[in-house]
Amino acid sequence: MLALLESLRSQLVTMGRVLGHTFTRSETVQYPEQKPYLAPRYRGRIVLTKDPDGEERCVACNLCAVACPVGCIALQQGVNDDGRWHAEFFRINFSRCIMCGMCEEACPTYAIQLTPDFEMCEYERTSLVYEKEHLLIDGPGKYHDYNFYRVSGLEIAGKQKGQAQNEAEPINVKSLLP
Amino acid sequence: MDELKVVAFIVALVGGAVGAAAVMTWFERRMLGIWQDRLGPNRIGPFGIVLVAADMLKLLGKHDWIPPFADRPVFVLAPTAIVIAMMLGFAVVPFAPDLVVIDMNVGLLFFLAMTSLAVYSVLLGGLASNNKYALLGGLRSAAQMVSYEVFMGLSLMGVVMLAGSFSLPTIVEAQSQLWFAITQPLGLFVFIIAGLAESHRLPFDLPEAEHELTAGFHTEYGGMKFAMFMLGEYLGLMLISCMITTLFLGGWLGPVLPPIVWFFLKTFVVILFFILLRAAIPRPRYDQLMSLGWKVMLPITLINLMLTGAIALWQSGGMP
Ligand code: SF4
Ligand code: SF4
Repeated sequence: MLALLESLRSQLVTMGRVLGHTFTRSETVQYPEQKPYLAPRYRGRIVLTKDPDGEERCVACNLCAVACPVGCIALQQGVNDDGRWHAEFFRINFSRCIMCGMCEEACPTYAIQLTPDFEMCEYERTSLVYEKEHLLIDGPGKYHDYNFYRVSGLEIAGKQKGQAQNEAEPINVKSLLP
Repeated sequence: MDELKVVAFIVALVGGAVGAAAVMTWFERRMLGIWQDRLGPNRIGPFGIVLVAADMLKLLGKHDWIPPFADRPVFVLAPTAIVIAMMLGFAVVPFAPDLVVIDMNVGLLFFLAMTSLAVYSVLLGGLASNNKYALLGGLRSAAQMVSYEVFMGLSLMGVVMLAGSFSLPTIVEAQSQLWFAITQPLGLFVFIIAGLAESHRLPFDLPEAEHELTAGFHTEYGGMKFAMFMLGEYLGLMLISCMITTLFLGGWLGPVLPPIVWFFLKTFVVILFFILLRAAIPRPRYDQLMSLGWKVMLPITLINLMLTGAIALWQSGGMP
């Protein structure tokens, strides 16, 4: 009996509270006219960024494609004449992408990044398959100073072994001098 | 009223009730939105009211599909039963002193009979769909309505005792001193809950309970047939609200304003209250619903009946 009265009281309190919400503001954002604020780290449309020197960051290591839980990234590696690696093609199927950001976390070069843009509806599904030229942007995205080839040991034209940041000169294994 | 006037009134009543039910689908969504800190439909027309027309067009334009495994004639006829029964229920509602389609001396019983008939619609719809969700929904509604019917009727007996009549206008007249809501609070409480269960609206919409039964008895229905079920449900809500107004809130009685305005004002408040219930109260489990009915509501009703009887007897000086 007591439990019953208690539950009745609780229902009445609920009704009172809900009635009180007559005068609270609604939380709705009137979307097309009124845009919500999206933080820079919001996970939306994916871009491929360039390093501060204006070269493609992606080294086509395939880590993003492996990390992707839905397997919607496809790419193939090629090597430039100057020793840089690049993607021959880079394809993201956005009709499958779940905007999870795993690719961004896996990428060693900060090349692949998610942006706060989500308005990418299409009438045809095939239009959601983005090629490299659609993905590539001109800027460095969220990481302004990072340049993969300046910190990695890979030898490219204009940068020998040992010339990267914090990299020691290679040891001459044939020399007896300390 | 002469014949012609009655016919005109009936036509106006049917049109008004259907129109009001349509507007109520919009109004309910708006109110739910306000109470749940949302906006509700607001795109088409001022405050989104044209949504009613858009919904109607959509429902009319839908493919009128009958599942091949269904029991055709019953499947088609089931949705009409609820609308007809609820519409007939409106025949005894006294909107104003002379504004009632038919003043029966058993008006109250007629109303109870019509709401009971409405269960056939749900039951047959569920049965004819030949679908296990629909069947379960139909079964539930049968059990729910049968058990809540019992004390829905009983809860009104207190009112009948005090008014000394089954005729609704007489019951309204009997409240000119004091509303029955004050002398019969338990009766009102039970009637509200039973009315909710009877019109199977949230929180007692277990026949359709979308989280467990997809859509319950109308799982297989679409287009206009589905609209009929919805129409019936909203008509049921309005009928119950009209009845609460008539039986407990003094019907058309009230100062200054014309009687009909008072009636609609009171009904409107009751409808708002039902929408608030929908916004606030969660749906009980099925066994909770049943045990609430038989273990709580029925005893309350019987106690109320006994007390009312005793007091009525004492007041009339019949007690030795
Ligand atoms: S985007 Fe990053 S992870 Fe993917 S292939 Fe290019 S460098 Fe590797
Ligand atoms: S965001 Fe997730 S799903 Fe989309 S491409 Fe990157 S890893 Fe794949």
